[in-house]
Amino acid sequence: MKEGWSAETILTHAGTCWEQSTGAVSMPVYQTATFRHPELGKSTGYDYSRSGNPNRTVLEETMALLDGGERGLAFSSGMAAIDCLMRLFKPGDSVVASEDPYGGTFRLLEKVYREIGINVIFVDTSDLNAVRKALDTGPRAILVESPTNPLLKIADIRAISKAAKEKGALTVVDNTFLTPWFQRPLALGADVAVYSATKYLSGHNDVLAGLLVTKTKELGERLYFYQNSAGAVPGSWDCWLVLRGLKTLSLRLERQERNAFAVAEWLTRQPHVVNVLYPGLTTHPGHGLLKSQASGNGSVISFEVDDPGLVPRVLSSVEVFLFAESLGGVESLITFPAAQTHADMDEEVRCRLGISDRLLRLSVGIEAVEDLIDDLSSALGG
Amino acid sequence: MDYRTRILHTGKDRDPHTGASSIPICQASTFAQDDPLVFGQYEYARGSNPTRDALEHTVAVLEGGSHGFAFSSGMAAISSVLLLLKTGDHILVSEDVYGGTYRVLTKLFNRWGLRHTFADISTAEKVRAVIEPETKAIFAETPSNPILKITDLKAIMDVAREKDLLTIIDNTFMSPFLQRPMDLGFDIVIHSATKFLGGHSDLIAGVVAVKEKEFAHRLRAIQNTFGAILGPQDSWLLMRGIKTLAARMEVQQRGAMRIASWLSGQPLISRVYYPGLDTHPGKDVHERQASGPGAVISFELPTVEMAHAFMRSVTLPLLAVSLGGVESILSYPATMSHASVPPRERQAKGITDSLVRLSVGLEDPEDLIADFKQALEKATDGR
Repeated sequence: MKEGWSAETILTHAGTCWEQSTGAVSMPVYQTATFRHPELGKSTGYDYSRSGNPNRTVLEETMALLDGGERGLAFSSGMAAIDCLMRLFKPGDSVVASEDPYGGTFRLLEKVYREIGINVIFVDTSDLNAVRKALDTGPRAILVESPTNPLLKIADIRAISKAAKEKGALTVVDNTFLTPWFQRPLALGADVAVYSATKYLSGHNDVLAGLLVTKTKELGERLYFYQNSAGAVPGSWDCWLVLRGLKTLSLRLERQERNAFAVAEWLTRQPHVVNVLYPGLTTHPGHGLLKSQASGNGSVISFEVDDPGLVPRVLSSVEVFLFAESLGGVESLITFPAAQTHADMDEEVRCRLGISDRLLRLSVGIEAVEDLIDDLSSALGG
Repeated sequence: MDYRTRILHTGKDRDPHTGASSIPICQASTFAQDDPLVFGQYEYARGSNPTRDALEHTVAVLEGGSHGFAFSSGMAAISSVLLLLKTGDHILVSEDVYGGTYRVLTKLFNRWGLRHTFADISTAEKVRAVIEPETKAIFAETPSNPILKITDLKAIMDVAREKDLLTIIDNTFMSPFLQRPMDLGFDIVIHSATKFLGGHSDLIAGVVAVKEKEFAHRLRAIQNTFGAILGPQDSWLLMRGIKTLAARMEVQQRGAMRIASWLSGQPLISRVYYPGLDTHPGKDVHERQASGPGAVISFELPTVEMAHAFMRSVTLPLLAVSLGGVESILSYPATMSHASVPPRERQAKGITDSLVRLSVGLEDPEDLIADFKQALEKATDGR
């Protein structure tokens, strides 16, 4: 892989011909725990798979290249990636975070790190003034999700990164919903990009993994220390699967986005649908901002139905959409955030944010869009 | 049922749907639901996955616990268990724990206000002497890594019961085939499953068995929140490894006994640490709490230079970190497993720069002895 290659080429060639002696086009899976030292005091560069494994290296380097960062780090889940990042901070430190993040992030920050003594300030990161005010309190970092999960609010990554830098805070962007194919947070000024690679990056609903990409070598080294010490690393097989998924990232995302746009437009015309949240729609308040910092809108749509009683009916009658947690895979999924992804959020907080018991989230896959619309149409009682 | 049989028939050793003799590798991140409010057993694979679930059940059965847990590495297992403690708590830790455990306590958990004392906890008096009012847990490792010091588990339990302490043990060196600390009352048993449980040097994993439901619920929440979980492929490989645990351990241990005796007779070897030898000070205690001495031996050469020359000259064992695999592995604790322990502390614990650690594999012990013999000769020539 070379710097200067375009993203499609980097993606396609991730790991190819890594094994020179056989010429195998696809990278071998290094299912090994340890590596023989050629002699005492000499290492092949690999010693023990928790510290480094070739499949993980290629995944980490590929992501660093795609994101324009110095260092990529892979983890056993997206939560393990965020956990590693949080290890940078000590009791007494504070961090600012998007008030409507993925429920797992909320749980980790609120129920674990707050107890350890790290102060977490949740703000609406789509409101730049609120962000500036929070940054005035002297946090060590700001964790931004954009678009947020599940409300798809858009944060101004450029402005937030600039403001955070002035205050000496790190900017961390959870880029799971867009991936570097659509949005490159480091190029917009952020210090770290975070991913649940379980979602679009691997793209097949078949593997759990997380990734961090850092802008600087120095930050990458500090995080590597925690990655290796706490040991929440993905196995070589899972790294290989994520890399295999990455090869089709651009194809999948283009198709998923096209489908999502058609589904979102169709939803806006349905009588029982009252509110469609999709940043690709011109009516979305963050539409213009997203266009200025990303090259695509992704394929997650949230919408509200007019009657909570409709929710169980929709969930039990869909046939093409699978009723399951997660998102970003080739198969379309439908999720009920209040009971699934955000079940650990207090009801009061959830309702205030708008994650109501009438809200459904779609992750649009690569099926024929007509089948998806027909499926929703009959589920909604069309 | 004999333990050798139980290892193969744990209750979740076959697929209930098809009868397949091996659990399927369920490479799925999410599970479709039938009902919006009442979810099925599996929801999202970070929380639970059928392949990992079968492994976790196996771990609980093997250790005699109520619940088992699988993590992405032994260190992820240890880090997750330590999260059961909170800021301000104090933990008493066996003074010669694995270097990775030392690192996570001194560089990560101390920053969050979990205090620790590394101490000799080999007898009840020594444990009592270092307990503090805030001490909430004891973390033991026996035999210890790498000098195979024996800790009296019953003595620890006596003090722990008196003071109501959580008892945690790293049982990696023995595996449940040789030592089952829960039978003595331990609350939590941890393994780097990369080692004897996996047994093929082909995966990184950590497992935990928990005795009481209460800790199990908390650890389940920690596992799901932090997400340092083991993937389905590695879970399956680990279960595959466990099937031959007893057979491997018996052969490896027999080889280790033969090699340790041979090493003891070599004038050039100044010290052999192996709990199967009569000269080992912890032999009696070890025999009371474990059914065998295991397959790890540490030994010392007369000088650092000779230790280096010896390691450079062996041809059969892999010179590598890790242990417990079917292949014999020779390690240099000073630069490998215990590199994260500062040199002075390392020396004080007996981990000198002329100490080497051998994990005996399934090779014929006579082949290994022949190899060591020629390596010792080369090391002598170089003197």
